[in-house]
Amino acid sequence: MSPRANAIRTGIQRGWTEFNLSLRSPQDQGFFIFMALFVVGFLFFNRDNEVEGTTLLYPTVAMPSILGALVAFSMIIGPAYVIAMEREDGTLLRAKAVPNGVLGQVTGHVVSNTLGILPSFVVILIPGLFLFPGLMSNGAQGWFTVLWVTLLGILATLPIGMIIGSLAPGVQKVGTWGMLPFFFLTAISGIFFPIQGLWQWLQVVAQGFPLYWLGMGMRSAFLPDAAATLEVDGSWRTGWTVLALALWATAGLLVAPVVIRRMARRQSGSQVEAAREQALQWVR
Amino acid sequence: MSSDTSKPRVATADGRSNEERVVTVRGLRMRYGSVDVLDGVEFDIRRGEVVTLLGPNGAGKTTTIEILEGFRVASDGEVRVLGADPTRGDEEWRARVGVVLQSWRDHARWTPRDLLSHLGRYYLPYSTPDRSRPYGVEQLISMVGIEEQAEQKIRTLSGGQRRRLDVAVGIIGRPELLFLDEPTAGFDPQARREFHDLVHRLSDLEDTTILLTTHDLDEAEKLADRILILAAGHIVADGSADQLARQVTREAEVRWSRNGEKFVHSTPDATGYVRNLLAQHDDIADLEVRRATLEDTYIAMVQQHETGHPGQAVSAFEEVEK
Repeated sequence: MSPRANAIRTGIQRGWTEFNLSLRSPQDQGFFIFMALFVVGFLFFNRDNEVEGTTLLYPTVAMPSILGALVAFSMIIGPAYVIAMEREDGTLLRAKAVPNGVLGQVTGHVVSNTLGILPSFVVILIPGLFLFPGLMSNGAQGWFTVLWVTLLGILATLPIGMIIGSLAPGVQKVGTWGMLPFFFLTAISGIFFPIQGLWQWLQVVAQGFPLYWLGMGMRSAFLPDAAATLEVDGSWRTGWTVLALALWATAGLLVAPVVIRRMARRQSGSQVEAAREQALQWVR
Repeated sequence: MSSDTSKPRVATADGRSNEERVVTVRGLRMRYGSVDVLDGVEFDIRRGEVVTLLGPNGAGKTTTIEILEGFRVASDGEVRVLGADPTRGDEEWRARVGVVLQSWRDHARWTPRDLLSHLGRYYLPYSTPDRSRPYGVEQLISMVGIEEQAEQKIRTLSGGQRRRLDVAVGIIGRPELLFLDEPTAGFDPQARREFHDLVHRLSDLEDTTILLTTHDLDEAEKLADRILILAAGHIVADGSADQLARQVTREAEVRWSRNGEKFVHSTPDATGYVRNLLAQHDDIADLEVRRATLEDTYIAMVQQHETGHPGQAVSAFEEVEK
């Protein structure tokens, strides 16, 4: 086996190990439960609200959008924090010190983050399907759409998370560079309310980012075709969804390796040492 | 060191062996802003040697080692490590080099056994008939003495246990050349001795070339075939512990007082000096003669170079009159 193929295989095993460790970690379990309570609780309190101009209930429309946002959140904010942290705590330096280690490390991130979306979906969808009947209008075909939208969405957004994590000056800065723009984008991407109420230029901005298309792709999977009247164009624009997400994926897959390589090249023990000292200072 | 048959050493005119040079450093400079941390560092390391790099904090030991590891780009100079420029070393080169890192809190959820077997897998394609890679995980665990912690989460390990794991990770690929930056910081005396045994074993049995930094002069003396002292951006001393010790024991310090005034004088011939002193004066009191230790030379060398009086002959004690 070639060294690179070996490193990718080792990275896949790494991702699997990380995923398992995460499932068993009280910290991560806490995050999943908190998130599920938050999302399901929010929808439950709005369970009787009808969406204006339709007979659909609010949870039916918001749940798919939230799942789309969740994919983006898990692929952007999660990896951004993890990579920024691994630059500071020496994980990346370890990878750099072994042959093809950075390749394995990145492979591991792809695998563990992709798998990591499963528990999030499970803890939200299972109670959701019980509490909000009629959530899925399109049967097996709808679930198939959920699958491809999720996979394409991962490809479109995971590189963004890795790039932010590689460029952020430190873990604390991921909040400014990652969280803030993400929450702003969520607010304008039609996740919690349709975007037609926004200024025209803001609608254009929102449609330039993958988050909008992830939400719309998910709505097209769950909602009846009649609900497309709620969308900007009165249709699901499936072709546009594929195109937009594929463009982001291509751009990400072109840029991320360059950024990650550059970041890894600059990583040194002194950097880790400096981060350690700063952390000690910070705690004090 | 191993027997002479396995490592023939050919003495040359300058008294040094003529073996393959694993590390060559010429005119190495590292500049941060307008400050030259390293200003023309030069040294060689030959195959199978154990070399200790000593120097005060901030002298650039870590910078030097990071440049050799390929983790940092030098401002100027020529550096060859295992025949390659470390900044351009490919993955095959990387597989031949071991780096012991000062870890902090990485892989907190992993167990030492899982981490070692994971990191070892990267070395599988680089195994050769005379150097099988990686080490067996169980062999490594017992080599560094963390059998009891092998299944614990890494975050529950003590500082010393973590350092042992760091060493295990550093040598997992059976490196030809190993870098250790302050490997024994935080070790208790027993762990320190076990670590010394491990270094000897790597050097003798595996023919590993080792460069390590330390603040412990005793450790340097025990481990190193050769000691380099880095101060004020240069290598100010380069020799075996014996050679440095000879430089020291050449001189002794004589202290005395006369009329309530204290005197100190250093001399290569303490006996003769004292005889003369007592013959000249009959009111000498508090007479004391002390041989310099390795610590004394080290401190004298470093002080001289840091206060900007290099070039003058190194002497362990400067003549002081108070």
